[in-house]
Amino acid sequence: MATETLPNPTRTTTTAVQGSGGGRFSIGNILLTLFLLFWAVLVIFPMVWLLYTSFKTDQEIFFSPWSLPAAPQWDNFQRGWVDAHIGDYFLNSFIVVLPSLALILILSAMTAYVLARFPFPGNRIIFYGFMAGLLFPVFLALIPLFFLVKDLGMLSSYHGLILVYVAYSLPFSVFFMTGFFRTLPSELHEAAIIDGANQYQVFFRIMLPLAQPGLVSIGIFNFLGMWNQYLLPVVLMTDAGKYVLTQGLAYMLHQQYYQNDWSGLFAAVTMIMVPTLLVYVIFQQQIQKGITVGALKG
Amino acid sequence: MYRNKYRVIIPFLIPSILLYVTFVLYPYGRSMYISLTQWRGLARAPVFIGLENFQHMWGDSNFWNALGNNAFYIVVLPIFTLSLAIFFAFIFSQGVPLSKFYRVTYFFPQVMSVVAIGVLWSFVYHPTIGILTSILQMVGIEAPPVWLGNPDTVLGAVAGVTIWHEVGFYMILFLAAMESIPMTYYEAAMLDGASRWHLFWNITLPMIRDTLQTGVIFLMINATNMFAITQTMTEGGPSRSSEVLSTYLYNEAFINSNFGYGTAIAVALFFLTLVISVVLSRLLSRESLEY
Repeated sequence: MATETLPNPTRTTTTAVQGSGGGRFSIGNILLTLFLLFWAVLVIFPMVWLLYTSFKTDQEIFFSPWSLPAAPQWDNFQRGWVDAHIGDYFLNSFIVVLPSLALILILSAMTAYVLARFPFPGNRIIFYGFMAGLLFPVFLALIPLFFLVKDLGMLSSYHGLILVYVAYSLPFSVFFMTGFFRTLPSELHEAAIIDGANQYQVFFRIMLPLAQPGLVSIGIFNFLGMWNQYLLPVVLMTDAGKYVLTQGLAYMLHQQYYQNDWSGLFAAVTMIMVPTLLVYVIFQQQIQKGITVGALKG
Repeated sequence: MYRNKYRVIIPFLIPSILLYVTFVLYPYGRSMYISLTQWRGLARAPVFIGLENFQHMWGDSNFWNALGNNAFYIVVLPIFTLSLAIFFAFIFSQGVPLSKFYRVTYFFPQVMSVVAIGVLWSFVYHPTIGILTSILQMVGIEAPPVWLGNPDTVLGAVAGVTIWHEVGFYMILFLAAMESIPMTYYEAAMLDGASRWHLFWNITLPMIRDTLQTGVIFLMINATNMFAITQTMTEGGPSRSSEVLSTYLYNEAFINSNFGYGTAIAVALFFLTLVISVVLSRLLSRESLEY
């Protein structure tokens, strides 16, 4: 039984365990390394290919899918941004997602704070009422929701989509933040009241700052969920001028069968993917934590 | 301490409750009624027809076709995604060279929108501009299938993209679970001369059982949906061969204006997720291990 610590252990809590008979250069380890590299290439290469293809001409894209561009075609990006309206879709996504995010953070914090810290008749019922929302697929609500939003005159409106995003983010956000507020010490609250602070000051000056780590996780989780949301805008944003990014992208792909501007489409997808990639590389730890909080739902 | 507490409780709760009841609870409740009606158009009111929509569904081959495609995903997605994710997590929890790089890389697809991934892979699979076809030709396969245009390959092609998308998420989940396993277990087993395979099979796997169960249920619920990826990559085609319940009900309601029938399919979809989350978690749950 050969055990040895590998040169680059990622965590110090476990000693690296090498299989029986496993030297570092055994066939098993070579196959393993090859497979790990293969999966990394499978993730990275399509994006690298996308990136350099978006600098090619349509001719090059069709006749030599692998080759590098002979000369970078910068105007692909110009066409993608302006003619294919990627710029507009970006703007629409921001107009919808940023206010939704601000609203869900403050509303879920307020709701969760009250449910976690104030005993009152009906508290449990309200909490479980919110939790019920976690059980149902959005599809179940979809058709009545469409007519409701339509009857309220909010179809294809930014504020309509914002309200819907916030409403559907409430169950999980309230659930998560309630758990968070329960862990905060109640002495702080009591001390502040004794010092003469009113309940609002306690919440905004003491509890909210203390809840910051929870708000960051729930903020990342909701931001990605809303930014990447497709179903709700498809049903509720029917006016092409107000399409959000995911809608615009799907629309462009389906338009492609008639337009044949592949290079512009590649450039457009690149412009959507590169910012995501940059943000991810910078914040990957927080993002991994933020996304996986969703697993608590189970 | 809680003097005048209702001055906080009421204003803090009212906005969320109002939004939630209006946009979430009301539509859910209303669906139950709409599924019992025939509702053709925007101007006309729904007509109550009892269970007729469900009777129609029973004999509707398109419904069973879509359900069958969902069933394919329900079986395939958990098996492949979870085995890969557990495998990667186990390897990285042991520490191999570059494991930090691998973790960051494997997780990345999870951050992108399903639509962007769908578009990217539609390019990769594309018979003329895509790279997959030319790779296969290079290794000697003369006429590789048109992945998204062939009823025999389309489901597998979409499933492959979904697995590629989801593996990183479950890998991180399993890594967290594996890191909470007490080291002493491994040390004791290693003193007894256990191999890496034994450690995995007899310690790691039983100890991450709860996370595994969560993963199975999550992925199965995902597999009942598949709306964004299907709509982006295939729009249900070719000729309904990749249609799933969600795209079928969307088309019935918003393209064909069969709002009553579309809602009835949504209710069926809801019962499918209910069966998965309730029945399955009962079936899978055993007394969890204490440590």
